Amino acid sequence: MYKYDQYDQAMVDARVAQFRDQVQRRVEGHITEDQFKPIRLQNGLYLQLHAYMLRVAIPYGTLNSRQMRMLGDIADKYDRGYGHFTTRQNIQYNWIKLAEAPDILADLATVEMHAIQTSGNCIRNISADHYAGAAADEIVDPRPYAELLRQWSSFHPEFLALPRKFKICVIASQTDRAAMKLHDIGIRLVKNDAGEIGAAFYVGGGMGRTPMIAPCIREFVPIDQLVTYSEACLRVYNRYGRRDNKFKARIKILVHELGKEEYTRQVEEEFAHLQTLNIEPPLAELERIKAHFTDPPFDAGASDELDLSDPDFALWVERNCHAHKQPGYISATVSLKPVGGIPGDASADQIRLMADLARDYSFDECRVTHAQNIVYPHVRKADLYALWQKLDEANLGIANLDRIGDIIACPGLDYCSLANARSIPVAQKISENFATREEEIGELKLKISGCINACGHHHAGHIGILGVDRKGVENYQLLLGGCEGDDTSLGQITGPGFDEDGIVGAVEKATDVYLANRQGGERFLDTYRRIGMAPFKEALYAPKNEIKGEPANG
Amino acid sequence: MVEPQFRFRDDEPAADPAVTVDNFGEQTNAAAVRLEPGDDARDLLPYLDRIRLVEVNFPAFTDGRGYSAARILREAGYTGELRAVGDVLIDQLFAMRRCGFDSFAPDAALDPTHAEAAFKVFPEVYQPAADGRNPIWKLRHGGGN
Amino acid sequence: MKILTGNDLKSGAVVWWDGSGWSLHVEDAVDAGDQADTILAVEQAAQRVNAAYAIDGERTADGVRPAHIKERIRAVGPTVRMDLALKPADADAGNWVI
Repeated sequence: MYKYDQYDQAMVDARVAQFRDQVQRRVEGHITEDQFKPIRLQNGLYLQLHAYMLRVAIPYGTLNSRQMRMLGDIADKYDRGYGHFTTRQNIQYNWIKLAEAPDILADLATVEMHAIQTSGNCIRNISADHYAGAAADEIVDPRPYAELLRQWSSFHPEFLALPRKFKICVIASQTDRAAMKLHDIGIRLVKNDAGEIGAAFYVGGGMGRTPMIAPCIREFVPIDQLVTYSEACLRVYNRYGRRDNKFKARIKILVHELGKEEYTRQVEEEFAHLQTLNIEPPLAELERIKAHFTDPPFDAGASDELDLSDPDFALWVERNCHAHKQPGYISATVSLKPVGGIPGDASADQIRLMADLARDYSFDECRVTHAQNIVYPHVRKADLYALWQKLDEANLGIANLDRIGDIIACPGLDYCSLANARSIPVAQKISENFATREEEIGELKLKISGCINACGHHHAGHIGILGVDRKGVENYQLLLGGCEGDDTSLGQITGPGFDEDGIVGAVEKATDVYLANRQGGERFLDTYRRIGMAPFKEALYAPKNEIKGEPANG
Repeated sequence: MVEPQFRFRDDEPAADPAVTVDNFGEQTNAAAVRLEPGDDARDLLPYLDRIRLVEVNFPAFTDGRGYSAARILREAGYTGELRAVGDVLIDQLFAMRRCGFDSFAPDAALDPTHAEAAFKVFPEVYQPAADGRNPIWKLRHGGGN
Repeated sequence: MKILTGNDLKSGAVVWWDGSGWSLHVEDAVDAGDQADTILAVEQAAQRVNAAYAIDGERTADGVRPAHIKERIRAVGPTVRMDLALKPADADAGNWVI
């Protein structure tokens, strides 16, 4: 993975010094909170319900064991012994003191980490496929390209006061495992007929108040124009994105209001101009970065056999493990969704254990997924059982990837000052209710957001839940049929909302309808797409005592 | 006409009042113009030769359109004074300078010591901009495309 | 009653206006009445509090109760981690929030 050179380190160190000075000026009263807020946001520091919250960047979700261990140590030293992995492959700490934030950034800088632009109206952490470098179906590892764009976007002087936040995703396979089309810019690396690598640009996706799927505005940008084309997209947005209404300020609104053709025309015009300015890094820079992402030293003779005689292990392999491009190896997902647990949370001890296991079992590398889990990308099949046993001892061995128990949930009203309702208790109840039914139900991606900002990606859930405030009382809307993959679709609301117990019951009713109607090997999503909303609506909102074919109760 | 608190030019400041972009085209002797965030900097491109001062207004420091306006003017070859006016704060100075601003007239006077440090806050830069600084990739490889 | 809540600038801790200063405990909150805006402006300008705002509340037998669940969660802590609550030993805190 990428290693800083002296320039990268100098920039991160300068950023720490800058923020330390800015905090000092804030505390001394030289700048107001209104002036300071964008500054602290661009250093990842929110003021949340209970305290400051710090969001640390994990670029394209990749980190080594030294970095992972530091994240565990920070949880102990500066927070309350745990961290929360997010839907954008970052980590959050919930109990931070402003006075200590510069020290945390200084500690992070010693292991080549930072919190640069993880919040604020700027280009945020660039996400990528969590199986990058291991998946058999990618045409190239997307992460060097993500790193190139990370450096381009860091402290970019023109784009630090955008109309709103800006999220970029880079993938390199036909299968979209990173919800690419639901980003402000989604990039799919592709090959043309001549075998040359280029980028297909999808611009204007996003969730939140007005979810939209990004249209493709350019099928092939030559790879030696990747940065220039990105800059053109950003400049048009910075100049013409709406600034009159915070809820209409994302690029998806601009693309929607101009229309894809007009937005594309403006980008191409700006692109033609920018190409005359030589702002593109030379290919040698991409090659320099790529040299950090070569394959680890795989054992070519590694056995491709797996002893699946332990049924718990076999289940974990079936559900949580993903085929690797290299025979003898496999990618393994650590679920951070124990039954009744808080999705995405891990204790400092668990984080340090996961760091050690990355070092010992995965060539010193692990990944954070946008589903709030951890991936060991390169595990020898011969070592997989030993790895699983150690995970299992630490309550990290649960086999529920992409099952109903693998819930994605934002922190919600328990932590977040933007939330309308609590999301975690709903996740916990659903998790407990369905704990023994995962085999029966199969693949079901359930996502919960505590407010319309959709940090829980509820629009993209096969089942989505949105917390709302209904006259001061928490209420939950149910959505069905969302999907974040190649066949991206947005969930549809079923009807009136439910209270906390009601929403858990509603999820049960929805799965009952699925089970009663599924054909062949259909997943919940497949059945929903085939039979439509009507049977679900009927089951959810049928009057209580009206059961088809039976007399009503007295 | 707003007096700059910081100015990185050797020539005499233009004495002209800055006219709006709408009025500029009609006034053939105006040499100073003021750009609001909603104006298109490219409207000025036919007149760059006779403009000595462009004031770019930041009514709120969070409105970043002025950064694009400044770069666009410099990219078009404008060599006159490019002045950031309005809600100009210490922590925006570095980026503003990079985008081509060479004078600064904040609504509220800035602490000169803080400003001096702010102009030098980063030792290097990751991307080329209007200030001509070599981006880090150039230091690594010695040349652009 | 109109109660005021905010965060301590340096520590981020949730605080409540107690009539003369900012307390960690919601039970110390007083009715700021029509002085609310003035107090907020003065206290924030003096940096004795950060990001403060006014909310409705009522005095009950159990003490001061913010009208909205959001501020009750602020007063107690995350309902899913009562071990991290302001008063972890208080077994009733979770019920009080709801």
